[in-house]
Amino acid sequence: MASITLKVNDRSHAVDVEPRTLLVDLLREQLRLTGTHVGCDTSQCGACTVWVDGRAIKSCTMLAVEADGAAVTTIEGLAPEGHPHPMQAAFHDCHGLQCGYCTPGMVMSATDLLRQNPNPTEDEVRHGLEGNLCRCTGYHNIVRAVLQAAEVMRAAQGPGAAEVGGAR
Amino acid sequence: MNSEGMGASVARKEDRRFLIGKGRYTDDLQLPGQTTAVFLRSPHAHAAIRSIDATAARKAPGVLAVLTGEDVAADGLGGIPCGWQITNKDGSKMVEPPHPALALGKARHAGDPVVMVVAQTKAQAKDAAQLVEIDYEPLPAVAHLPAAVASGAPRVWDEAAGNVCFDWHIGDSAATEAEFGKAARVVSIDLVNNRIAPNAIEPRAANGFYDYALDHYTLYTTSQNPHLIRLLLGAFSLKVPEHKLRIVAPDVGGGFGSKIFHYAEELLVLWASKRVGFPVKWTSERSEAFLSDAHGRDHVTHADLALDADGRFRGLRVRTLANMGAYLSSFAPAIPTYLSATLLSGPYVIPAIYSEVKGIFTNTVPVDAVRGAGRPETTYLLERLADKAARELGIDRVEIRRKNLIQVDQFPYQTPVALQYDIGDYQATLDMALQAIDLDHFAERKAESEKRGKLRGFGISTYIEACGIAPSALVGALGARAGLYEAATVRVHPTGSVTVFTGTHSHGQGHETTFAQLVSEQLGVPFDSIEVVHGDTDRIPFGMGTYGSRSAAVGGSAIVKAMDKIVDKGKKIAAHLLEASVADIEFSDGKFRVAGTDREKSFGEVAFAAYVPHNYPIDTVEPGLEDSAFYDPKNFTFPAGCHCVEVEVDPETGVVQVVDVAIADDVGVIINPMIVDGQAHGGLAQGIGQALYEECVYDDSGQLLSGSFMSYCMPRAADLPMFRVGNHVTACTHNPVGIKGVGEVGAIGVPPAVINAVLDALAPLGVTHIDMPATPEKVWRAIQAAQGGAA
Repeated sequence: MASITLKVNDRSHAVDVEPRTLLVDLLREQLRLTGTHVGCDTSQCGACTVWVDGRAIKSCTMLAVEADGAAVTTIEGLAPEGHPHPMQAAFHDCHGLQCGYCTPGMVMSATDLLRQNPNPTEDEVRHGLEGNLCRCTGYHNIVRAVLQAAEVMRAAQGPGAAEVGGAR
Repeated sequence: MNSEGMGASVARKEDRRFLIGKGRYTDDLQLPGQTTAVFLRSPHAHAAIRSIDATAARKAPGVLAVLTGEDVAADGLGGIPCGWQITNKDGSKMVEPPHPALALGKARHAGDPVVMVVAQTKAQAKDAAQLVEIDYEPLPAVAHLPAAVASGAPRVWDEAAGNVCFDWHIGDSAATEAEFGKAARVVSIDLVNNRIAPNAIEPRAANGFYDYALDHYTLYTTSQNPHLIRLLLGAFSLKVPEHKLRIVAPDVGGGFGSKIFHYAEELLVLWASKRVGFPVKWTSERSEAFLSDAHGRDHVTHADLALDADGRFRGLRVRTLANMGAYLSSFAPAIPTYLSATLLSGPYVIPAIYSEVKGIFTNTVPVDAVRGAGRPETTYLLERLADKAARELGIDRVEIRRKNLIQVDQFPYQTPVALQYDIGDYQATLDMALQAIDLDHFAERKAESEKRGKLRGFGISTYIEACGIAPSALVGALGARAGLYEAATVRVHPTGSVTVFTGTHSHGQGHETTFAQLVSEQLGVPFDSIEVVHGDTDRIPFGMGTYGSRSAAVGGSAIVKAMDKIVDKGKKIAAHLLEASVADIEFSDGKFRVAGTDREKSFGEVAFAAYVPHNYPIDTVEPGLEDSAFYDPKNFTFPAGCHCVEVEVDPETGVVQVVDVAIADDVGVIINPMIVDGQAHGGLAQGIGQALYEECVYDDSGQLLSGSFMSYCMPRAADLPMFRVGNHVTACTHNPVGIKGVGEVGAIGVPPAVINAVLDALAPLGVTHIDMPATPEKVWRAIQAAQGGAA
């Protein structure tokens, strides 16, 4: 067993894990944050995407011990209850989710995409989401949602605008 | 129109929990004392199991049980049943081999479960599994259809000579031969419909709990139809009566058919829970899913089309081999027969049709329904044939379709292959799609693509499908072992809010929203005051689940029938309260009104009176306001439409990019256009996936080569364009709302349109045929072969 400390959604945790424990298993099984999903075993589907120190990573590809000292944000910590992040609001408005299983990973990837490129074209959104598989939506409404969220977030960050989606 | 009722694009109720990470999927659930199961699966496609030594595994830390097929047999568990029996041409029944939950004596496909290990944690179970020694004697195996029917082929089952499960036919052979005898032209085609994996992003999972205190079993499972699983567990596999079984299908992360079927793991976790005294959970890994979730399609077909000199279809003759895999999955034999060959008339007038279908066993994962289930195979055949006929007869591809489509005044239309289509307007959807794709200016776009070194192609498909399964008596006569009605309970609460209990199951389709819209429309209750409950056999009286685009057409109709009963009762209560005759009470917009007056009682007032019956017709009307209904459909529904696709092919690399998709569907009356469009989008993505990317590739020894998301290619966001979806509505004539169904249209209509577009793009290079998936390598080789190069 290895002892590690990490922050998850702004809360500190000191946990003992087997060295082989994946970050996603720590989140889901020990910390019971089941919003982060597992859809494959080859780092292809992106359902397990979370932020580690502000960047989107696939938590099935990282050992829990590698997250020692890190700050992790999962879908549960993206926005305070009752105040959805503009990306969550846009997915709802645009019908960007059906079964909901890829959704947390998709939202965590899409928010990181906008951090890197706040004003993406449709093509840039499509390429930016290439690490996330969705089997329900054909991506059509996911792409619309990301473009809508980008617009809302740019508008909010304009001169004199109130801050939204304060998680970062 | 009620802004939250029929026809409104209301945003979904279910979104909130999914967007904040609070969905409740089967694997999310940890029961007190939870233990974990893993399975050892056969690495061989076909092997005798000589011995299993689990001595070391049983002693490993945390291990509670190591179980084999012999343990299953000793405890008297039944096998996994097949839900549909096919009658052969000669009147005999199909070969129906046993399907033990854990392989007994022989393993018959790579992935066949052989040993179950239960331990306190998943890591302990996995560690212990590595200590189990299984001595296999590999046997000759067969994976592919042509090899399986070749003389001297290895037999999957001793009782199935030539590996034939069934040899079935439909249609009038003599009438069809007569049409071929006088045909001006005959066009023939050989096609492979590629084997695909459903790949819902949520892997299957099952968590079983036996309660010793109550002698009662609870199963949480990733199922599209929990009541059907209860029925099969109760009657066949676990053999425990239904009142001792509760099946819960909580949030389910996509199904696409693969979660219809009763799988061995569902039985085994319940059985193991009783043996170890703790809840037992199994969650599939993706590589395991490829080897244990039923696959789809896998047909090899030869077809001949007889035409007259004007290009009118006169006769169709089809021979199909359909891969069943190693065991018969729940609905497997029905897919290539009653869900496929009965659609061979398509949207066309074809006076005579005859089709023969052989179901063939192979040493592969069982094959069953995947989104579309039989109808994509038939649509692909007809639409490839239509294009080939147009080319060979020198007729325009749109014209040959227009000339042969069933006309509006021909409905109801009886096909030569059993089905009677109630209504449609196929010319309208054809015109609508052509206008959307702007075919008139295709030549300009083609020239523009050419400047960039790309070959542009246009492809079209006009399709029909049969949904809303199904009239129980009809499917019973055809071999189904269950009824296919749907059930609903509508509970009106004292303050007028409503809970709907539906036997259908939503795993992405948005029933919590659309069914609430149905209720809001009919009862005038606010959308936010309605909750839809699904997926729990202890809460919902009965149900047959969700597949075949049936939920709105059949499940929605059951809800409407239950609401009719509520309104009837409400009229009696209102008549009493308003001191009027029942015959004079009208109900609309949530108000019971004495006809021709302004005297009225709201729906909420009537509900309150029903539960607080102080002033109430208590002698003739019971208190309470709740009713149930079972709805058995009168016919199938027949969604139809036209799908148009443009592709660009890079002749240097063979890469195909879909650049435009414009479709026009007639899915009947629409409850929520936003959700209907979303269903079409998802189906299109899977249809394009089948056409260009997806294939379960087996080698000759029966090893699955494309067994992970790294080797099985599915469309990603950058592979697809925005989709343009149009609807032209003709209301279904035989259900109360006029709904036909939308879940599968994309997967059915678009694959041939994509391939027809690829062949159109490649026509100048002399390429006339390609099989799905049209991968870059396959396209490149086809170009090289046509150009006389070394392919």
